[in-house]
Amino acid sequence: MTRDFRSHLGAALAAACITLAAVPAAAQVELSGYWARAGDADNGYSREPVDLLGIPVSADGRAKALSYDIAALSATERQCQMYPPFYALTGPFGFRISSVQDPITQKLVAWKLDGWIDRDTTTIWMDGRPHPSEYAPHTHGGFTTGRWEGNTLTAVTTHAKMGDIKRHTSFSSDRATLTYRFTRYGDLMTVTGILEDPVYLAEPYVLTEIFRVSTGGQTFPLTACEPIEELPTLHENPALVPHYLPGQNPWVNELTQNRGIPLEATMGGPATMYPEYRKGLRETYKPPDTCKIDCGAPPAAAAPAPAPGGRGAPPPAK
Amino acid sequence: MKASWLAPLTAAALAFLVPAGVLHAQRGAPPPAAARDAAPIDLTGYWVSVVTQDWRWRMTAPPRGDYRGIPMTPEAFKVAAAWDPERDEKAGEECRSYGAPALMSVPGRIRISWQDAETMKVETDAGTQTRLLRFTPSPGAARGARSWQGDSVAEWQIMRGNAPLNLRPAERVPGVPAPAVGRGGSLKVVTSNLRGGYLRKNGVPYSENAVLTEYWEVFPRDNGEQWLTITTLIEDPRYLRETRMIAIPFKKEADGSKWDPTPCSARW
Repeated sequence: MTRDFRSHLGAALAAACITLAAVPAAAQVELSGYWARAGDADNGYSREPVDLLGIPVSADGRAKALSYDIAALSATERQCQMYPPFYALTGPFGFRISSVQDPITQKLVAWKLDGWIDRDTTTIWMDGRPHPSEYAPHTHGGFTTGRWEGNTLTAVTTHAKMGDIKRHTSFSSDRATLTYRFTRYGDLMTVTGILEDPVYLAEPYVLTEIFRVSTGGQTFPLTACEPIEELPTLHENPALVPHYLPGQNPWVNELTQNRGIPLEATMGGPATMYPEYRKGLRETYKPPDTCKIDCGAPPAAAAPAPAPGGRGAPPPAK
Repeated sequence: MKASWLAPLTAAALAFLVPAGVLHAQRGAPPPAAARDAAPIDLTGYWVSVVTQDWRWRMTAPPRGDYRGIPMTPEAFKVAAAWDPERDEKAGEECRSYGAPALMSVPGRIRISWQDAETMKVETDAGTQTRLLRFTPSPGAARGARSWQGDSVAEWQIMRGNAPLNLRPAERVPGVPAPAVGRGGSLKVVTSNLRGGYLRKNGVPYSENAVLTEYWEVFPRDNGEQWLTITTLIEDPRYLRETRMIAIPFKKEADGSKWDPTPCSARW
């Protein structure tokens, strides 16, 4: 073996060793920043109080939704009842993402998602810790772990309290699991959420939303909940529990009256999500001649209408 | 003796400094893999749209004047007000609401396959449309006539992880799995050369100069389900005040047993 050959062999081995060592251990994408809602989907639309269009509710989920009176949010004990993590996809607001790093090693320990005043912080633990026992306390923010799949952050949330998943029209139970993915495309980020709930959903409920990173800093308040007496009658009679008994929700027909959409469709359910359902609708759908309510308007004339009964006005018309 | 140590060190330094892509491009290196072979994700198969968003505009034919959710320009309002499905039918333009900027929002199924090593074919049963996503369009080739599906240029966006300097073995915690090696990616598609059409069945227009940018991402789950999210950006300064952005979810199906081709309709 000549000296030249040994020299070249050594070079090749050294290069191979270092190249192998350079295989990425875990790809990471910077997610920190203020993210403003940028998508045009109607995730947060809530003009009609009974609107389960496209939501795969179970029979129990439908019953829960129809028993709900939004005035319940004004009851003293519910004024700071925050939304569950899924509200990041259905609420009208953006959120802030920040990283939590180990103070010594600087390794990423967690991501934090902070939102509007009605949403708790969601901490996405990235350090490999397991989810707690199913009997562990539940919180509004839930318990979340995450992992990288390529350039996408996949997170799983459990242990969240029961909450509002469709702006006052539908709910998830405290047994729900939310899997969501955060994928960044330049200054945009697509979030896909899959909510599974053995109590209130018959199939996974999938929503997507697009956010744009904001260079303008904080664009929304990150304050604690402020209890406000909105309905004096509840204060005068603390025993009053706003609700609707079965069959007595007065808003059930509003979507049908406003839009001509068959009542059966407005009640949701898994079948309403799939293309086959559209074929049957053709026979029963009786649209108005022209749109009369909340139709979108040219820029100069846009004037968002107030939401019926309570906090949370719909997003501005586009 | 001195030379025998210098050579490995020089090679080691080069391994750090020269990006893999540059090394790959050296004379004599094998040509880049075909798009089909280089795919970081598998999009082929049947996918069904899951309509949980914009339901009232996608599952029904919305009434005239229902434009909520689309950032239209004042000119777009005028054009939409003149919507006449009967006129479209007489002109043989029933497919105006099945053009590429709207097609993935139409409830239905899509079938994805490779037409050849550099062209992905996306077919829809609703409206029986076909999109061709070309990874290597011929440079300088004359563009064809404008069409509902336009010309689509595709590229893989393959994850390029940072290359850490591993000076010592990575520390491991018992019971905690090793960090995942980077994998996956997405498909970016830019579509132009379109015929003007409708973003919504009730005549909300997009112009022939609209540009559609999409990011296709597959989401395999531990339970075996596969989901596809198509992030869709539509730019059209004539009819849109700002970029329209939606992300459309699909779920993979085992086979084509529910594939149901239906022609375009100007009214439903």
